[in-house]
Parts: sequence; C-alpha cells; structure tokens
Amino acid sequence: MSNYLDYRLGADLADTRAPAGPIEGRWDQRRFDAKLVNPANRRGRTVIVVGTGLAGGAAGATLAEQGYHVVQFCFQDSPRRAHSIAAQGGINAAKNYRNDGDSVRRLFYDTVKGGDFRSRESNVHRLAQISVEIIDQCVAQGVPFAREYGGLLDTRSFGGVQVSRTFYARGQTGQQLLLGAYQALSRQIAAGSVQMHARTEMLDLVVIDGRARGIVARDLVTGRISTHLADAVVLATGGYGNVFYLSTNAKNSNTTAIWRAHRRGAYFANPCFTQIHPTCIPRSGDHQSKLTLMSESLRNDGRIWVPSAPGDTRPPAEIPEAERDYYLERTYPAFGNLVPRDIASRAAKTVCDEGRGVGPGGQGVYLDFADAIQRLGRAAVEAKYGNLFEMYQRITAEDPYRVPMRIYPAIHYTMGGLWVDYDLQTTLPGLFAIGEANFSDHGANRLGASALMQGLADGYFVLPATLNDYLARLPTAPVPADHPEIARVEGEVTDRLARLLAVDGDRTPDSFHRELGELLWDHCGMARSDAGLRKALARIPELRAEFWQRIRVPGTGEELNQSLEKANRLVDHLELAELMCLDALHRTESCGGHFRTESRTPDGEAARRDEEFSYAAAWEFTGPGSAPVLHREQLVFDHVHPTQRSYA
Amino acid sequence: MNLTLRIWRQTGPDAPGALTRYQVSGISPEMSFLEMLDTLNEELILTGEQPIAFDHDCREGICGACGMVINGQAHGPERTTTCQLHMRHFRDGDTIDVEPWRAAAFPVVKDLVVDRSAFDRIIGSGGYITAPTGSAPEAHATPVPKEAADLAFEHAECIGCGACVAACPNGSAMLFTAAKVVHLNALPQGAPERATRTRSMVATMDAEGFGGCTNTGECATACPKGIPLSGISLLNRDFLRRA
Ligand SMILES: Cc1cc2nc3c(=O)[nH]c(=O)nc-3n(C[C@H](O)[C@H](O)[C@H](O)COP(=O)(O)OP(=O)(O)OC[C@H]3O[C@@H](n4cnc5c(N)ncnc54)[C@H](O)[C@@H]3O)c2cc1C
Ligand code: SF4
Ligand code: FES
Repeated sequence: MSNYLDYRLGADLADTRAPAGPIEGRWDQRRFDAKLVNPANRRGRTVIVVGTGLAGGAAGATLAEQGYHVVQFCFQDSPRRAHSIAAQGGINAAKNYRNDGDSVRRLFYDTVKGGDFRSRESNVHRLAQISVEIIDQCVAQGVPFAREYGGLLDTRSFGGVQVSRTFYARGQTGQQLLLGAYQALSRQIAAGSVQMHARTEMLDLVVIDGRARGIVARDLVTGRISTHLADAVVLATGGYGNVFYLSTNAKNSNTTAIWRAHRRGAYFANPCFTQIHPTCIPRSGDHQSKLTLMSESLRNDGRIWVPSAPGDTRPPAEIPEAERDYYLERTYPAFGNLVPRDIASRAAKTVCDEGRGVGPGGQGVYLDFADAIQRLGRAAVEAKYGNLFEMYQRITAEDPYRVPMRIYPAIHYTMGGLWVDYDLQTTLPGLFAIGEANFSDHGANRLGASALMQGLADGYFVLPATLNDYLARLPTAPVPADHPEIARVEGEVTDRLARLLAVDGDRTPDSFHRELGELLWDHCGMARSDAGLRKALARIPELRAEFWQRIRVPGTGEELNQSLEKANRLVDHLELAELMCLDALHRTESCGGHFRTESRTPDGEAARRDEEFSYAAAWEFTGPGSAPVLHREQLVFDHVHPTQRSYA
Repeated sequence: MNLTLRIWRQTGPDAPGALTRYQVSGISPEMSFLEMLDTLNEELILTGEQPIAFDHDCREGICGACGMVINGQAHGPERTTTCQLHMRHFRDGDTIDVEPWRAAAFPVVKDLVVDRSAFDRIIGSGGYITAPTGSAPEAHATPVPKEAADLAFEHAECIGCGACVAACPNGSAMLFTAAKVVHLNALPQGAPERATRTRSMVATMDAEGFGGCTNTGECATACPKGIPLSGISLLNRDFLRRA
C-alpha cells in the first residue's frame, strides 16, 4: 500500500456535457438535444432515488409523474422528516418582484463570486434561470410563503447581497418547501408510482458492466439486507457535515451513501470545502449532541465583543466599556459586525484562542443587543427577533434582553460532494447525485438561501430532463437476480456488520465519533495549516485501527439496532475524514470556506491563488488508506471575472 | 442531578413490555431530555446492555421524529418537543416515567419507537395539491389574501409528531388531519380538490384505526406547535358542507 499522501495526478476531467454557445441558451440547448423515452415505455424503466429531502423528494415525485417506476429510500420513519425540514431562512429566486435591479444574470454573478470562483459557470447560470420556476412550482403546490397585505409574495435580503430576492415562510422555509415536495411524493406513493422504503438505509452500490444498477440496503427495523435493482440510481442523500460530530445537521445525516459510491468508482470533489456558520449557540458541556443555528440576521443589530483581557471571568454587565473589545468593528471598520460568514467565524476563533472567549470552556463570544434596545426600544427588537430570542432562552435559560447572547461558529454545510457533470451524472455511468450530495454550483462557499434553491432545481427540473436522456440513449438489459455481483456486494455488507458486532470492545460509537470530530475541528476546521493537517493525517489511520479493536456494539444485526447504525456510518466517516484532510493539504491556497494559514494577504486575509488552483479537485478511490488519484476539472471564467475579496 | 428513570422497554412489536428502573447521576440542567437519555445509553452500552431505542433527528423541534410520554404527558411538562425539553425543568431526586406514544394506530416498534406510517397514508389520500412539475402558472397570477395565507401557515406548521394522538383519550388523529386540510383548503390553489381531499383524508383516518373525536381538546393542549383546536371545526365544516 502506498503512503496516503503520495497521491498521483490523473487525467483532467474535461467533459462537462454543457453545450457550447451563449451561456443563456445552454440549458435550452441541452434539453433540446436530450432524447426522450417514449411515455409508453417509461413504466418499464425503474429508477432508484435514495433520499427524500428537497432534492430527492422533488426528483421522486417528478420522475413518477413522468411515468417512471420509482423506488425510493430514506432512513427516517417518514420521508417528511429529511434534514431539509430544518432550513430556516429562505430560498433565493431572481424574480425581481421588487424591481430593485435583480435579474438572472445578477443571481448568477453573485453565486459565482460568493463561491470564490471555484464553481462551474454553466451550472450556476442554469441554477439562476431555474430559480424563478421553483417559486411558481411551490406556490402551485400550496407552499405558504410570506405575503404582503395585497396578497403578493414578500421577499427579504439575505447574506449581504444588495437585492431582496429571498422568499421565505417565517423561520420555517425548509419545512414548508419540503412538505410541498413530500405531499407531491405522497400522492405518487398512494398511486403506486413510487414504492417507498422508509427506515431503510442504503449501505452499498451495485455496479454491473461499469454502470450503476442498484443498491444494497438494510431494513432498519428487521435488519434484513436486500438488493434493489434499477436502470439508474440517484443519490439525494445530503451533506457530510456530521463527520465533525458536532454540527447543525440532523443527528442521523451521514456520508455512507456517497462514500460507498465513491468506493465503487464515483469521484469525490472538493471534500475540504465545508462551511462554518458564525452564529450558533455554543456547546454547554461534554454532553452536547448537536449545535443549534441562530439566524444570521441577528448580526444586523447585535454587537459582537469579548473582554479585552484574557481570563476575565466577570459577568458581562460588570465589564466596563473601556475593557471590552468589539473586535470586528475594530478590525473591519467598513463592514463591522456584518463581515461574511467565514471572516466572522475565524475572528471568533482567534479571540477564543487568545483566552478571551466567554462562557463554559471559553468557547463563545458575546452578541450584545443592549445598544439596539436603547436605540430602537425593546418592542422593536422584539418584533424583529422575538422568536429567536425565545429559542435562545429555551435552550440556554438566559434572557438575551438582559444578558448578551453567547455565540460560536459551527459546521453547517458541505460544498464538496460527488463530482457531477452538467447532467448531474457522476463519473460512474448511471449514477446521478443531486442536492447537497453533489459538489456543484456553490464552489468554495455557499451563499445563504441557495441550498434550497439548488436542491429543488436539481430535483424538479434538471435531473428529470437529463435522466430521461440517459435512459433513452442506453437501454439497459435486465440484471438477473442471481448475478454474482449481487451476492458479492451483499456479502461485503453483511460481513462488515458482522465484524462490527463481533469486536465487543470497550468504547462506544459516540466516543469515537466525538474524538474524530474534535480532531477535524482542530485541524481541518476554520483554519488549516500544513503542520495541523499532517498531524490529523497521521492520527486518522491510528484512530481507525483503534476503532476496529475497541468498538462495542451491543445487540444483533437482526433487529432495530441504533448502535449498529451509528458504528456503521462512522466507518465511512473515518475514511472520508482522511480524504478531507488530504484535499485541504494539497490546496495550499485559501478560498471560500477553506482557509490555509500559510496563504494570506499582507493584512492577514484569505489569499486565493488562481494560477495554481482554479480547478475542482475530483479524487478517485484506490483502496482504503491508499493514495487516491487527483483529477482536475479546470474552471474557465468567461462571464464573471475573478477578483480578490476585501472587507477592511 | 441524580434521577430515577422508569423507562418502557419492549424488544419488538409482539413482545411484552415493562417499565424498567434506571439510576442516572451527574445530569446537568443544561442537558436536553434526549441528551440525558444519551448519557444513560452510553452507560448501558458499556455495561453490556442494549441502549434504549428512541426516534430523533433534528433535535431542534422541527422534524417531528422525537416524542415520548414523560410522566404521563406527551412531550413532557413544557409545551415543546421532547428534544427541546431541558433537564432544568426537573429536580434532583425526581423519578421520571418514560413511555412510548400509546395509540392503536401507532404500534410499538421497539422501546420508545412507534410506527407512525398511518400519518403518511392520511397525507397520501388527499393531503396535497395536484400540481405536476412544470405546469405551474406564474406565482403572482393568483394573489392570496393575507388572512388566508396566515390561516394556511398557522396550520401548515404541524410537524407530524403524533403527540395529539397520544394525548387523546380516543387516540384520534383529528388535529393532525385538520391541520393539513385547513392549510390546503384555505388557499385558492387548494380549492378545486377541497371536497375530495376532506372526505378522503377523513375516511383514511378512520380506516387506519384512529379513534373518533369527542372534542376533549387534549390534542391541542399537547401540540408542541400550537395547532389550534378551531382547525377541527373548520375541517368539520368542510366535511359536512361537501358530504
Ligand atoms: C439548521 C440549518 C438551516 C439551514 N437553512 C437554510 C436556508 O435557510 N436556506 C438554504 O438555502 N439552505 C439552508 N440550509 C441548508 C439546506 O437545508 C440543505 O443543504 C438542504 O436541505 C439539503 O437537502 P438535500 O435534499 O440535499 O438533503 P437532505 O435534506 O439532507 O436529505 C437527505 C435524505 O437522504 C436520506 N439518506 C441519506 N443517506 C441515506 C442512506 N444511506 N440510505 C437511505 N437514505 C439516506 C435521508 O433519509 C434524507 O431523506 C440549512 C441547513 C441547516 C443545517
Ligand atoms: S397537530 Fe400538533 S401534536 Fe399533532 S402531529 Fe401536528 S404538531 Fe404534532
Ligand atoms: S428530534 Fe426533530 S423534533 Fe425532536
């Protein structure tokens, strides 16, 4: 086995299937070029969709409407509970209802720039074009978006853009959009067009003659392992933020589906591009099981500060003005508390590393509303943020009207994922990836309210068109149920579960997961350095070895066994973590959410290095712990000219 | 804090179950109820016992996965979901009973996990607006009066947790069903299917083995999302008008 760090450079990835020609016409052209499957023949074609979040829910419902036979999976007890349900803020669309100068071109431009010039122009432009159709679709389904008194849709501005293009449903936009997709899916389930397997987890991919032809899944209630075959497989399985253990993701979100697909041949792109959200409620102790997001809008009126002196443990009210450091206002006078997510997050880490953090463990900074309350009055603050203050108080038992809030950054989203072409097809023919599971559209940093847009664009509009083309061009012969590959993959899955149950060691799955999470947070989190990443890369294989000696999973595989589920997901997280660190080590530039301490401008800000790194890094798996092969997709910017960010 | 827990253990749907006693110590008031159970489960694994099975995912009060009867109340003493209930609402030395939702239509799967798939079937029988992808008119073509939009939203907030059913002496799913019926019937987009939707969802609810509604109102008291009891009258109005 080669040293993991000695990765090889493979052939560049060239074909993105985006048609040439003016960018405005590419998606039309692609749809026109697509072959169609005769409607009469669709019922005989089976498509597997794994996941029922915004991306998977939308895709399953739409493919079934088109007449395909859809077999769909989720690990929750109901498709309605997918992680998308928790999204709060809103969804972007270039409707320009406000006539404030918004346009498809501006949304396209903002997204490419927001992604710090690490995304593919053709895809992003298509996303901006489709955004307007998404709102129409959701309104028709009965999604109760916020409205004005005249009955028209309301919008707000989000994440530092200059136009008001974010549609929302109070603080529950994800919930309402997901329920719209879930209801459409439920209609198809009742009609028999979608065969839904809830509480069923995909554990591996079946590849036959070089094409994805099915999955091996475990019924989480009975433990039964079975194979499901299809003409194509769609992964809509979400992001991998939970590799860090503590994140804002739902507890059961995990990387298994995309990681197993990666092991079977699909390239994994930009794994180190992860997003950290600056305003989350800090951990309250070692028992902490997940982190809760507080809307970023709070930074519009709250002032962020820490004590000037390290180790100052006085209550905030007793710290005089002169002994407080409003460090964002001090360092970034032009933007103050409103600097972008990554900058605000890193600054918080810096002051905490200096020993000036507040709250338990010194892992927090104050977000203070005293000035806002004095200036605007309590009632005005309550009208704007009342529900957020209530949520904060429920969790912390502190009253933010009297005591400053404590906040700290947390892992929130993963831009990386399976590499896909313009058709959203992975490097493995017949395997498609949509939503957060793929790497497309957001480059090195995602803008607020753009993940919901992308998930629904992929699921309702893009995939149904491109998948049709795949199926029409490549008629697939049925796979015989006794094909030896099926038994082989099922055997591997069963063996792995049996091994996990057999170790009978002395550590729980959560104890390993926490340890892995801390290691990644320290070395592959907000700031990454050559030395730190090498340390993590040395430790991860040791941790993996220890896992296989000391893990303890009680019970059997033939029953509902949540410890077994956790341990089995952790095996994949332990492998993915290594690739994340390698990707972060190889990219010696800073860009978007990826900050390399060695790559800074003279005033200490992130420095991108376009000459060397204007590419997406797609990694090919060569074996566990064995050096992967790097394939680069060179990024070309014909429409948005790369510039360096500045906020000082 | 030190607590005594009496937790329902049941190995499978057909197995007998019983309350089993556990002692936990070192519980911090900052912990959520689920984090308290996590702590117990970590200990159980190390002592070779099977941890307690319970459903959860978002731990933010929005996915509706969590839910248990705590000291006889669905989701416990606060009007919120179990994952958002914190241990500061209990006292050192308390004894806490923890049981699964009890309802004929929600069979126990294991320990505190129940099968709520009947809810999905109620939605599948009419809890949608037929709007195939790509056929939608421009969003501003049909303005929605703000009152209608607000009424719809208030009911659309249901998270499908099932506390209403667990709290109801009859095990009725009226509040859950009404929440979806009112959400969709309040909107102009939902009008064409209003009659069939209401009838079909009520019929499915009955067929799934949920009890009848006798207006005890326990459902709305237990509902963590404040779905109003008045939704049930709105459902009844639509049901009678169209029957
Ligand atoms: C707290 C929070 C707030 C957010 N707010 C916003 C916002 O305001 N605006 C915005 O645009 N974005 C927001 N985001 C991001 C956005 O919510 C997600 O990126 C998006 O919902 C992901 O959708 P998805 O369909 O790709 O995956 P998910 O919703 O994560 O769904 C994954 C699905 O795959 C299934 N699955 C996964 N693995 C398997 C397997 N092995 N077998 C079977 N099934 C499997 C799961 O059961 C689930 O159904 C927020 C994220 C968080 C955490
Ligand atoms: S009506 Fe309330 S209690 Fe019933 S399922 Fe919905 S949110 Fe839960
Ligand atoms: S875990 Fe999602 S509502 Fe409690």
